[in-house]
Order: sequence, then C-alpha cells, then structure tokens
Amino acid sequence: MNRLLKLLLIFTFAFMSDMQASTIIVCNSCKVKSIKEAIALASDNDTIKIKKGTYKEYGILVDKPLTIIGEEYPVIDGGLKGEIITVISDHVTVDGLFIINVGTSYTSDYAAIRVKKCKNFVIQNMVLEKLFFGIYLERARDGKVLSNKIIGDAIEEYNSGNGIQLWYSKNILIENNYIVNVRDGIYLEFSDDCIIKNNVSANNLRYGLHFMFSNNDIYQGNTFESNGAGVAVMFSKKIKMYNNIFKENWGTASYGMLLKEINDAEIIGNTFEENTIGINIEGSNRIVYKNNNFINNGWAIKVRGACYTNSFLSNNFLYNSFDISYNSNINDNVFDKNYWSNYTGYDLDKNGFGDIPYRPVKLFSYIVNRTPETIILLRSLFIDIIDFSEKVSPVFTPDNLLDKNPKMKKIEW
Amino acid sequence: MLKILKYSFYDLMRSRWSYVYFAFYLLLGVVLLFLNNDLSKAVITLMNVIIVLVPLIGTIFGVMYYYNSKEFTELLLAQPLKRSSIFLGQYLGVAISLSMSLVLGLGLPFVFYGLFKSSAIWDFSLLLITGTFLTFIFTALAFNIALSNENRIKGFGYAILLWLFLAIIYDGIFLMSLILFEDYPLDKLSLFGTMLNPIDLSRTLILLKLDISALLGYTGAVFKQFFGTSFGLVVSFVALLLWILLPVSRMIFKSKRKDF
Repeated sequence: MNRLLKLLLIFTFAFMSDMQASTIIVCNSCKVKSIKEAIALASDNDTIKIKKGTYKEYGILVDKPLTIIGEEYPVIDGGLKGEIITVISDHVTVDGLFIINVGTSYTSDYAAIRVKKCKNFVIQNMVLEKLFFGIYLERARDGKVLSNKIIGDAIEEYNSGNGIQLWYSKNILIENNYIVNVRDGIYLEFSDDCIIKNNVSANNLRYGLHFMFSNNDIYQGNTFESNGAGVAVMFSKKIKMYNNIFKENWGTASYGMLLKEINDAEIIGNTFEENTIGINIEGSNRIVYKNNNFINNGWAIKVRGACYTNSFLSNNFLYNSFDISYNSNINDNVFDKNYWSNYTGYDLDKNGFGDIPYRPVKLFSYIVNRTPETIILLRSLFIDIIDFSEKVSPVFTPDNLLDKNPKMKKIEW
Repeated sequence: MLKILKYSFYDLMRSRWSYVYFAFYLLLGVVLLFLNNDLSKAVITLMNVIIVLVPLIGTIFGVMYYYNSKEFTELLLAQPLKRSSIFLGQYLGVAISLSMSLVLGLGLPFVFYGLFKSSAIWDFSLLLITGTFLTFIFTALAFNIALSNENRIKGFGYAILLWLFLAIIYDGIFLMSLILFEDYPLDKLSLFGTMLNPIDLSRTLILLKLDISALLGYTGAVFKQFFGTSFGLVVSFVALLLWILLPVSRMIFKSKRKDF
C-alpha cells in the first residue's frame, strides 16, 4: 500500500512539473522578440523555441535549466561584439541554432557557446560560423556535444580560436561534429574520461585534435585531414585511440600524430595515409600499436628518443618512403608480426612468416636525420647499395631492431 | 634526313637486338605484375629498373650501332648528303626504336592488367616519359663518345664508364659533399647538383610523384618552392630537354669537322 502511495506521489509530481514546464516562443513578430527576454521570462525547465529569423544579440546568459531549440536554424548574429551564449546552469540543452560573428579579443577567449562550471548539458545540431572560439567547456561535467558544424575562417594562429575546447572538464561525449578552418579542431586540456567519436576535423591551422594533460580519454572513428600539423597528443596517460584516419598532413613540422610524453596508450586499427610523418614519438612508453595501416607516408614512424617498451604488432607498412627512423642505436621496443611492403625475404617453410628477419631502419634514414638535404638522393642506386651493406652488417642503426616474424602477405582484419 | 632515319629505323626494327630489348621489357612487366599483384608497388620497382637499365642499354646500344654501321656511314658520306642529316638520322633512328621497345614492352602488360582503370596511370606515364628522355639523352652521349674514339674497345670502355659514373659514382660524390658541407646552407647546391646529372634529374621527377610527402618534410624555402609547386616539374623537364639538345648539337658540330 505504502509503495503504491509513493508511486502515485511520484507520478503526480512528475505530472505537475510537466505542467509547470511551459514553452516560450521567440520570433520577430511575436510578443517575445529576443532570446534574452525569453530567458528572463522563463522559469526552470521551460522550453524556449526560436523561430526562423535573424536575432542580433550577444552576451546571452543562460542561468536556469532550460531547453533552447531553434526551428529551421534561426541566425544569432553577435555582430563581432563578444561572447554569444554563456551557460552557467545545470541541465541545459541548446539545439539547432546558427551562430555567426563571434567577437575577437586578445584578452578574453570569446566563444560562440561557453559552458561554465555546470553538469548534464547537451549542445547539439549547431552551426557556427565566423567564430573566435566555437564551443568552450570550462570546468564542465557529464555533457554531450553532438552533431555540430563549426566552420571557421582562421588565417593566422595568433588571432584565431579553437573549434571545441575543453578545459578542466570531465566525462564529456563529443560525437559526429564537423570542424574546419579553425586553429585547433578539438582541444583538451586537463580533461579526463572524455569520448571523442566519429568527428571530422580538417584544414585546421594547427592541430586537428590537441590533447594536453588529459588522461583516460578515448577517441575513435575520427577523421583528421590536411591539418597544419596533424594531431598532437601530449603529456597524457592511458589514452585509447581506435580506428581513426589521419590523412594528408603535409609539411615540415606536420605529423599524422605527434606523441609526446604519452604513457600506457593503446593505438589500434588506425590508418595513416600520405602524411609527411605518420607518427612522431618522443618520450613515450609502454604503448601498444596494433593493426594500424601506414600507407604512402614519408616516414611511417619517427622515433626521436626516450621511448621504451613500446610494441608494434601486426601493422601494415605499405609503400612508405621510410618505414621507421631512429636517431640512436639503442632499441628497447618490440616489432613483431608486421607486414612490410619493402621486405624482400622468402618463406620456405610456408608458415606465412618470412624466414629471415626484416630490418625496418635504413642507413639512409640515419643520414637524412643528420643532413636533411640528402633527401634528394632518395631511391638512388648508390643509396640502395649502402642500405644493402648496412643491412648485411649494421653499424649505425640499432643492431637488435628487427622484426623476426615479418608477414609475407598484407594483414587483413 | 628522314630517309636515313627511316632506313636506320627499319634496319633496327629488323635486327635481333630490338626484339631482345622488347622481349626483355615485356617479360619484366609481366613478371612484376604477376609477382606483385599491385600496380602502385610495381611502379616503384619499375622506377629502379628504368633509372638504371635504360641509360645502360641506351649507351651500349648507341655505341654498338655506330661502330657496326660505320662502313655504311662512310658509304653515305660519299654521297651528296649533308653530314648533319646523316648523323641526326642515324641517331633518331636508334633513339626512336629503343624508346618504342621500351614503351611497348612495358606498356602492353600494364594495359592488359587494367592500367586505364587504375589511379597509377599518371605515375606510370611519367615513368615512360622519363624513360624515353633517358634513352634520347644516353644515345646522344653514346654517339658523341663513338665519334670521338676510333678505337672500339676504348669507345665501349668510355661508354660503360660514363654510365657507371652517372648512375652510381656521381651520387656517391654528391652524398659525400653534402655530408662534408652540412654546416652550410645546402638546398640550392643539392637542387643544382641533381640538374647536372640526367639520371638524378629523372629520379627527382619521379620522386615528385611518389615520395612527395617525404620531400615536403625538409625545411628549406627553396626546396619547398621546388617540390611544392609545379615549378619543379617544369624546371626538371626543361633541364632534361637541355640534356638532349647539348649532346646532339655537339654531335653535329663534331661530325662536321671529323675527318673520316
């Protein structure tokens, strides 16, 4: 009986709160003509519907749990004056707005939407253009950033902002976003337990994705293409990277992925295609590289130093100019069961693995490290001869760096 | 000139060597495709072959043809014909028949393998174009050597030495000098160095297609301009053309003054 009463009570409360939550409609010819006005009128848990039209507003402060929905993408024009929407309340949903002309400042990071110290927010289906910062999450938790389109017009690094920026945020899901032409596509600083999934980040000035001091994050199924310097993952622990695509990051300081001071990460099933450097590794330990494809890169993997106990298992190295480059002759990393398209050995016992080990580091890559101009002699007959003699008796390259079980056929999974 | 060209060309077409050369490339193309099952990898292997073997065959064949047809040349010289047209005709006959063997021998297996549907078609046509350029350049160089040396053994020796120098020794010296002077800015020197060797030049041309992502890793502004834009392609082709024109003009100059 008691339980039934409780249930009834809960039901009534739910009903009542539902009754309380009303909808406020904003349009150019309605009673409520601006979003600020609507927020001032609204009470907790209300829905604000914004009809199609142009609203010249900035500095909109969302300080109550509201659902703000745009119908047919109403335009909110900030007129380059400052920040446009700032959320400081929990349980806020912002959906379907077209935000344009965010102000640029050198002292404060104006964003199209800033979420400040709050929980359980959803930001989805937004279109952001002509922006400084796009979506800025500051000390936020348990939120979602879904299906947004961020189109910047960044030309110089110093006066442009990032697409999605997370700062001291926790447990955020970033999914299906499309980010182009900003400084950093997605930037995480001190943000743990985030999932970054199925996003596209392309043509950004600096990095497609930038990690700093962020642990336990997962990113999977993303595409990073033609970014100024690719993707940078720095000073972070236990990051999982699955099935991402890193493509066409060309330039002198451009990498598919840059790993610096990364420990205990997993890099599985990714594709690195036509990058100047596929992965650049520096001071990173205990990382597992498995089932990745390295196709047509300048350098598939460049190991700069202080990298210990990493394992490279079952990857495909296809037609890279250099498979692996090392700048020292000490090696503590394991290479096993990879497929190397440059492997020239044979398989007499037909077990699928080559009978003689493969040495992925060539003497020429050592020479190029020393004198970069010599790159012009790549694929010359003379270079092939000295590479061959180094292969027979290694002097400059790490003696124990070899794949003892090179696959004879490309690995499919 | 056209008549002599035609005669040399048909003469060569009927000779055993053209068939051997053609069969060699045909076999190479078929074996490469059969073993690799992958067009883009076959193109890379083919590049090595073209850069090394085409110049070698061009030089040896050019010298050989000149010495073999010496009596016929002397017969022609007795006729009221311009010397330039005799030698130019013979040169073009050799160069064209060699290039034809190369293009057909390599082209046929690749076409049957489905080249036109593949994305490798541009890389492949670039390979054939540079191969043709190399044939013309090295045949011209071979005619020069043969014209300057009456002694056959000496002529062959010089021809092989020329090939050895341009294909291997030059790169060795080049590499050593780059490493020795590594403290100085070297990007102009290294680009200039490749222009001086037709084999390096054609290698650079192919690199522009195959290894562009690696080449862009270097920080020199000159490099970036050369590799990043079509500037490099244009300059390389102009330099290759010069490499044909200079030896050919020396050949004509020399032949006019030579006492047979």
